[in-house]
Amino acid sequence: MPVEVTTADPAGVLTGSHYLDGDHAACEGALAAGCRFVAGYPITPSTEVVERFSVRIAKIPDGVFIQMEDEIASSIAILGGTFAGKKSMTVTSGPGFSLMMEHVGLAAILEAPCVFVNVQRTGPSTGLPTQVGQADMMQARFGSHGDYRAISLCPSSPQECYEFAITAFNLAEKYRCPVFLMMDECVGHMLERVDIPEASEIEVWNRAYTDKEPGEYWPYERKEGDIVADFAKAGDGYRYHVTGLTHDYRGYPVMNHQCQEEMLLHMIGKIDNNAEDIVDFDEDEIEGADVVVLSYGITSRVTVKAILAARANGLKVGHMRLKVVWPFPERRLQEIAPTIKKFVFPELNMGQVSIEAQRLVGLDKVVSVPHCGGTVHDPEVIQAAIEEAAR
Amino acid sequence: MTEFQHDPYREDRPDNPVEPLLRMDRMPSIWCPGCGIGTTVNCFARAIEKIGWDRDNMAIVSGIGCTGRVAGYAKADSFHTTHGRAIPFATGLKMANPKLNVVVYSGDGDLSAIGGNHLIHAARRNLDITVICVNNFIYGMTGGQVAPTTPPGAVASTMPFGNYDPAFNLPKLVASSGAVYVARWTAFHVRQVSKAMKEAMLKPGFSFVEVIAPCPTLYQRRNRLGDGLEEMKYYKEKSVKMNGADPSDPALDLRMRETIGVGKFVDLDKPHYVDAMNDYYETRMGDQYTRYEG
Repeated sequence: MPVEVTTADPAGVLTGSHYLDGDHAACEGALAAGCRFVAGYPITPSTEVVERFSVRIAKIPDGVFIQMEDEIASSIAILGGTFAGKKSMTVTSGPGFSLMMEHVGLAAILEAPCVFVNVQRTGPSTGLPTQVGQADMMQARFGSHGDYRAISLCPSSPQECYEFAITAFNLAEKYRCPVFLMMDECVGHMLERVDIPEASEIEVWNRAYTDKEPGEYWPYERKEGDIVADFAKAGDGYRYHVTGLTHDYRGYPVMNHQCQEEMLLHMIGKIDNNAEDIVDFDEDEIEGADVVVLSYGITSRVTVKAILAARANGLKVGHMRLKVVWPFPERRLQEIAPTIKKFVFPELNMGQVSIEAQRLVGLDKVVSVPHCGGTVHDPEVIQAAIEEAAR
Repeated sequence: MTEFQHDPYREDRPDNPVEPLLRMDRMPSIWCPGCGIGTTVNCFARAIEKIGWDRDNMAIVSGIGCTGRVAGYAKADSFHTTHGRAIPFATGLKMANPKLNVVVYSGDGDLSAIGGNHLIHAARRNLDITVICVNNFIYGMTGGQVAPTTPPGAVASTMPFGNYDPAFNLPKLVASSGAVYVARWTAFHVRQVSKAMKEAMLKPGFSFVEVIAPCPTLYQRRNRLGDGLEEMKYYKEKSVKMNGADPSDPALDLRMRETIGVGKFVDLDKPHYVDAMNDYYETRMGDQYTRYEG
């Protein structure tokens, strides 16, 4: 089995109904998922995640937090934590996410399960540090140099920050890749009810550890039919080697294009070929709709108001809310496209994910509703775009 | 799977005592003739053997560069990471598993230029790791550019008329940042290097061993300093033992063809990071706190 399916360790689960903001809820999700090592560096508006973790982890015996000297250090310390056998996470926003990009690539090439939380603010550069944005979505997809695949989840409520944090860890363990919890400032600072069930009701996936004897184990040798190789942690006696260089199944560097092709096609294929298992979205009144609004994160909440107003005016409007943005729900979008007149795609950026939708169903068929960030859309702007598209 | 040619490396020769630490299936190494890195690895293997460390409970982390390749040849759990970031990777390993013996093995450019921030902060925390820094005064892997350790006046590919960029005294840097063990030797001093590595690895807390080593291909040649053997003669003749010296003594600054201050400069006892954290939490939280052991 590529992953071991189990239930949460009760030590990290704060069962009950709570009034939490998204940042705190994401921390609780990580703890429930079994995250026991966080390395972080303060940055608005994500800091509350690590602040809560530093308090909570002091009373969980097998967990630890460290505040590193910068985001570069944080983003590689978690890879060390992963190879020492802990589920590991770092948390950041805007400029910190840019600094972490090199180690997103390292996590991808090492096939290191890990979670990066990015509570998005407005950029570029320091931008509006305390205000909302969704403009890191393409960075989450292609931010590090070279080709690779990562997974991005976009919660639109504190409850989802909690739930998606668990999903993020589960997916990281299953696919041995970096997973981004792409929150935004509004969701991160929004206070709502968060229900956390009993530990026994929370499904947690753990990486499969090798059952081979030392001497027989190679870190990237996959069993027939498995998506990823079994894991061995440092100190278990396997004396293995891993490198950020192009490597073969032994983890040894091999400097030629054949090895590069084999390694890269595996790293990309494990996500692309399983995209249908990873993608996740909610649909509302897609059947018979003339216009479908695509949305993710806080923009989904604003969009609902616009959709209800447009429906009240007699328009047939559907809503497809993306919970996982990368990989993008390609198949479903192409499936529904023939009967849809137009898609409307509001985002708190200048149309980043809209480009992906346009690539799939046509430039003319997707109306991007961009926003420079700093606040959310005025629902009337989205409503106007829907009504224009329906005409 | 990519086929690889298993090349039994000189199967006919008698066993070499350092072989157990090496991935013999990866030999020969990429290092140039006359390079000092291999010598330091030999010393390292002997130090491990002396300590009698269980190599199953040991991790070696390297950054990028010529010395950055050491992790790839070491037969322990070994991690070849990104440029300058071996120390924070090692920090993650050590924090997640404090029982693991963690050694960072990298070069002067990797550790003190791009990785300088991590070097001083790991020393400040007194994280229980050992950092071995092979200092060849130059960026070797990229073709001989100036480094923060290049002596004044030395020619480098990016200092074509000689170096005017002031250099670090690495023992001073790490000692002032909080390291509990600091030594400097040269690749000529194989016994002392091995002993220093042993002491450093046994030292709880942040320990640092600088080994000055020849780069005949890029540093010596460009500066008309002769080959690897010439450099060894220079180390032999011009090294001055300064055990116990204040690391900020200007005599420890390095200049071409001048004396090299070597020795053990710092050896003190101070609780390391995880112990200090546990002690502090115990004092503050009493019975509510369980000591973190990984």
